[in-house]
Amino acid sequence: MYVTTAVIGAGHAGLAASCFLTAASVDHVVLERGEVANSWRRERWDSLRLLTPNWLSRLPGAAYEGPDPDGYADMGEVVDLLERSAKDVPVRTGVNVTSVRRSSEGYTLTTGEGPIRARTVVIASGACNRPVVPSFDVPPGVEQVTPFGYRNPSRLPDGGVLVVGASATGVQLAAEIQQSGRPVVLSAGEHVRMPRVYRDRDVLWWMHHSGVWSQRYDELDDLTRARRLPSPQLVAGSTLDLNTLTSMGVELVGRLSAIRDGAALFSGGLRNVAALADLKLNRLLDTFDEWAGTAPGERPEPTRVPKSARWRLDLRSGEIGSIVWATGYRPDYSWLDVPVVDEKGSLIHDGGVVGDGLYALGLPVLRRRRSTFLCGIEDDARDIVDHLRLHLAG
Amino acid sequence: MSNGVNVQALLDAREALKGAPEAAQFTWRASSKWQHGVHSTTKIQKFFGLGQEQSHKSEAVFEADHPEIFAAEDNGVTPIEYLLVGLAACLTAGVASVAQNRGIKLNSVESVVEGDHDIRGILGADSDVRNGFNDVKVTFTIDADASPAEIEALVAQSQKRSAVFDALTNPTNVTVEVA
Ligand SMILES: Cc1cc2nc3c(=O)[nH]c(=O)nc-3n(C[C@H](O)[C@H](O)[C@H](O)COP(=O)(O)OP(=O)(O)OC[C@H]3O[C@@H](n4cnc5c(N)ncnc54)[C@H](O)[C@@H]3O)c2cc1C
Repeated sequence: MYVTTAVIGAGHAGLAASCFLTAASVDHVVLERGEVANSWRRERWDSLRLLTPNWLSRLPGAAYEGPDPDGYADMGEVVDLLERSAKDVPVRTGVNVTSVRRSSEGYTLTTGEGPIRARTVVIASGACNRPVVPSFDVPPGVEQVTPFGYRNPSRLPDGGVLVVGASATGVQLAAEIQQSGRPVVLSAGEHVRMPRVYRDRDVLWWMHHSGVWSQRYDELDDLTRARRLPSPQLVAGSTLDLNTLTSMGVELVGRLSAIRDGAALFSGGLRNVAALADLKLNRLLDTFDEWAGTAPGERPEPTRVPKSARWRLDLRSGEIGSIVWATGYRPDYSWLDVPVVDEKGSLIHDGGVVGDGLYALGLPVLRRRRSTFLCGIEDDARDIVDHLRLHLAG
Repeated sequence: MSNGVNVQALLDAREALKGAPEAAQFTWRASSKWQHGVHSTTKIQKFFGLGQEQSHKSEAVFEADHPEIFAAEDNGVTPIEYLLVGLAACLTAGVASVAQNRGIKLNSVESVVEGDHDIRGILGADSDVRNGFNDVKVTFTIDADASPAEIEALVAQSQKRSAVFDALTNPTNVTVEVA
């Protein structure tokens, strides 16, 4: 089989690429190993709702049309949205791409349904294919769970739960596990704090309208850092920062730095990571005020850090029954046989342009700060397909 | 504007070492000699870095002892107080460097470092008490051409990039052998 463009992945990124390819009359196919919206169907926990409000659920082929633009979609609603946007997309589901290599005319893809030759390839396989699990010597008897394996608190063993990581996933899971009656110890490294609402508006309304989210990748001071930034501490509908969790009874500890002789050892620098997050949040709110041209609104209470956070937790004492690794996600490029991945496993690209007709979508700050969010794909996909058309013409 | 930190050299080094992790491997060394009682003298001059032996301009000599209330001769500061020296010096250097990088003029930077220490640990009087510090507190007083929030950000960033802050707040493997 030959196509001008092969798109790998039918998440919202691949579907958006297809929309612009169709508009440009570029013949293409979208290859998906599972179903449309596979990640949202299989790799999310039961209670998850989007942390972006419905009015931000805008894709090139479909947008939220329901009665509650300020609400937050559950997984069923996200899958519906993606399916609607896939209506006119040439998707081939159940086709796993196991290799992509360079060929004289462009690329050859190896798939479960035979080889596919393509002049250009758009990698839209996702930025979160695998949960990151640091390698520590966890004593036997303590169950380990990643966000991909986690469904709800009742499936965890009884007893305390050490949640490692305090970004969006970590704070959300810590909250629901604590509410299930299992005492949670939350290990927090550097994190991004955000209130749900600032001056009566959703904080993402501010991110969107103030222009912070549309800052371009080539205009940022420190792009490497921006791309490594963890997800914000946000959940559907209400503020969920470290203070909220402390009020719920969650115990805060520093970043997990080692497990030695069966004991987890945490950094003594918790106070500083909290201070860094508070300072950064206040600078962000200052940016919003400057944009609005108004006097500063109320600032959130500084993060309350325990006077002496525990720095040692015995994992053999029975206090902790399980560890939830909310330590981030990473892409999987094991199938990509083109030397465009650096030693840390990141794709080397300039705003999604890898080179020689190879493109990427859906990676952190790919072209804009909002690149990985649903609402960020439209502009990115348009830019990438514009570039791809020029490549085909040239 | 200058606080006397050559930030450009540091930024250049960061870029250069990104592609040369071997050159970034340093070994710092101190040589110590017992004098008498609990008094020792430690000297520092040579270290390894950028792929070869390096040397400070001159040798530095540090006397360590214990105060008279410990029934010692007090020929120098207590070893654990050297940790306070390291922490204060490291954070201060960090504040100056970050300020330089951010174009902030420093007029004065002073700090007091306090380490709370329950000495029952080292005396073996109570096995539940640790040997080292229970809490370390650093208080900076900074006069700079900057807002209070900018000054707080300097201090926060200097902790984030501090070798000694990291060494004190995180566990480190330590091997002690008899040659
Ligand atoms: C827990 C979580 C919560 C999130 N919440 C929000 C939110 O509230 N709002 C928001 O805007 N964003 C959110 N995101 C970010 C982002 O919207 C999602 O990660 C989204 O799934 C990314 O879309 P994508 O199309 O880039 O990748 P994916 O949705 O992961 O799609 C990639 C597709 O490629 C397929 N694929 C991968 N490799 C191959 C291969 N070799 N061959 C064939 N097919 C392959 C996969 O099966 C998958 O279907 C969240 C992310 C996570 C992880």
